[in-house]
Amino acid sequence: MVNGKRTLIIIPALNESGSIADVVGEVRGELPGVDVLVVDDGSTDRTAAVAAAAGARVAKLPYNLGVGGAMRLGYRYARDNDYDVAIQIDADGQHDPRYVPKLVDLLDDNDLVIGARFAGEGDYNVRGPRRWAMVMLSAVLSRVARTKLTDTTSGFRAANRRVIEMFAGWYPAEYLGDTVETLVHTARRGYRIRQVPVAMRKRMAGTPSHSPAKAMIYLGRAFAVLTLALIRR
Amino acid sequence: MKLTLVTGLTGLLLLGTIVELLRRRQLREKYGMLWLAVLIIVIPLSLFPRLLDNVAELLGVASGVSLVLFLGIVFLLLVCVHLSWEVSALEEETRTLAEDFALLRAQIDADRAARDELVSTDG
Repeated sequence: MVNGKRTLIIIPALNESGSIADVVGEVRGELPGVDVLVVDDGSTDRTAAVAAAAGARVAKLPYNLGVGGAMRLGYRYARDNDYDVAIQIDADGQHDPRYVPKLVDLLDDNDLVIGARFAGEGDYNVRGPRRWAMVMLSAVLSRVARTKLTDTTSGFRAANRRVIEMFAGWYPAEYLGDTVETLVHTARRGYRIRQVPVAMRKRMAGTPSHSPAKAMIYLGRAFAVLTLALIRR
Repeated sequence: MKLTLVTGLTGLLLLGTIVELLRRRQLREKYGMLWLAVLIIVIPLSLFPRLLDNVAELLGVASGVSLVLFLGIVFLLLVCVHLSWEVSALEEETRTLAEDFALLRAQIDADRAARDELVSTDG
């Protein structure tokens, strides 16, 4: 329970046996009374076993579906088990579970709440094509959602019952679909989206990529995904 | 005459292949029928390549053979697009199955854990 609401924390994880135990442990420590579901997205390491040992419920996909596939599974679990709130948290430890009550509070007046970096709290900066992609996504999605969104690809989100119901039936499995396209879809259907500033931490394991070529490809794909999302119904 | 023999025999060979695949049930009927229909058009053309010359002239194409080539490429492209579409549908289906499977497995694990706990508290 968070603020009297049955809350499920969904953690999609792919080969995160190095950090998943700490993340699950921290969530359970900071938020007693919430259930944690780790969706193992076809890991080849011991992610599922480690997560279960740390006290999480584990749903293990038979093969890799991508974040979107893992998340739809999570939302289906939330719907089938009658949760009021479902919160997505990354498995690499960059999201601080102490912000969860803040996100849940905002769900009183909103349907989907996004924990956003660059929104005044914490330090994080990117440059080059990745930055351009973020600026483009923020500008367009803020218009579509009629609210200020600065970190549209954030994997730190809270959804209420209505959005859980929608995501359980519809959640794109494609690249960036899980963030960008879901925002367009949600906003177009009249749900209220809101972002709340959060400080992001360094990942506990794994490294982000910094290659300029990859950043350009990212920009191209972000543009393509956004355009497709906008011309879809 | 030689060319007609080559093209005609190729057409018949393809027809035989499709029929055999259908007979062994290695090809779903919906695809088999498509290729059979194509061959029924193609075989007469392979025997009498000039059949389409009139149509070609009407469309401003120099010869019936070029027209067949053009239509063939367009058709193959459409088939490829159709197959991509089928694969997309299949991926969506397998995705749903994978999710169902993971949910069921999680449910079984939870049931088993609950039962074990019951046994250990009873015993």
